[in-house]
Amino acid sequence: MKSCLVVDDSRVVRKVARRIIEDLGFSCEEAEDGVKAYEACQKAMPDSILLDWNMPNMSGIEFLEKLRGMPGGDAPKVIFCTTENDMAFIQRALMAGANEYIMKPFDGEIVATKFSQIGLI
Amino acid sequence: MKPQDFDVYKNMLYAKSGYVIGIDKAYLLESRLAPVIKKHGIENMDMLTAKLRGAAPQALIDDIVDAMTTNETMFFRDQKPFDKFRDVIVPNIIKAKGAGCTIRIWSAACSSGQEPYCLAMLMKENAMKWAGVKFEILATDLSREILDQARAGKYSQFEVQRGMPIMMLVKYFTQTGETWTIKDDIKTMVQFKQFNLLDPMEQFGTFDVIFCRNVLIYFDQQTKGKILEKMAKRIHKHGYLLLGGAETVLGITQSFKPLEGERGVYAPV
Repeated sequence: MKSCLVVDDSRVVRKVARRIIEDLGFSCEEAEDGVKAYEACQKAMPDSILLDWNMPNMSGIEFLEKLRGMPGGDAPKVIFCTTENDMAFIQRALMAGANEYIMKPFDGEIVATKFSQIGLI
Repeated sequence: MKPQDFDVYKNMLYAKSGYVIGIDKAYLLESRLAPVIKKHGIENMDMLTAKLRGAAPQALIDDIVDAMTTNETMFFRDQKPFDKFRDVIVPNIIKAKGAGCTIRIWSAACSSGQEPYCLAMLMKENAMKWAGVKFEILATDLSREILDQARAGKYSQFEVQRGMPIMMLVKYFTQTGETWTIKDDIKTMVQFKQFNLLDPMEQFGTFDVIFCRNVLIYFDQQTKGKILEKMAKRIHKHGYLLLGGAETVLGITQSFKPLEGERGVYAPV
């Protein structure tokens, strides 16, 4: 079973995302900010990461930059999932090594097509 | 809605567009026709029905047909047909016609433009591989209103996320707030035209590929057959017809045969 780490400071968003991702056949872990996500990746590198941008302690983009510098950190497919919908943010995310980008609000179909396009399902 | 009232709409739609609506779609009538009623200053559904029983103005009829035949779509709907277009269909046509050829494509029920624009984006993405090949895309739909939308090439944040890879959004769209507009170099690759599939198709010449996805399902068997027969005359011997996932030519026409191993792709016989 493939794994997905859901990183978002909102418990509600994590819960919604978890349901969608488990329905796609993934096991799911949660982290509430970039620091916690980094710790989770040090323990076990997930196959995919659904990543919020704005979070306390460490933002999504900071986390992504650190992740891509870690040993094995280039492996997980990273999908941003954020209210930031400006082209400049999208471009910055892609430059930092994001594989896909979802602008909130999102639904199961959007997540599923993005997962499919980057070869996760 | 009374069955005899429903029949007024059903018969009119069938006569004007060939679309078949079952009584199970009666609920759609009221929600879809509400804006039409408002636009034409008609009091309510009953008054609209009464107008249709008499001599209704053409503009009103057009708007009703528009409202009832407009369908949702998305970018790279079902994905597979676009993969096949890129990996199988275009390479085969180039093999048959030669590297400097023109490939003519018809998106026969283009709705708000996602399908032809996706094809245009694929052509840009593969421009190096297909250097020297000229592409022409004709995109038609029955609905004038939806064609205006297609020509404008403006989509909501929600629409551009359905099916479209983020790299394509960044490359081929400009952003104004939450509206995303397809860039002119993609827009100019597509020629949009209002067209009823029941009408003669000779005016369009001959195509190498016809996309006719998720529209035949709205017609009865006999009409489906007629449309496919006409398309068979408008397609080159080496050409391809693509239908939607729930559609087939089997039992409807002998003019096309399924392509082995390529679901949804048909070749003229």
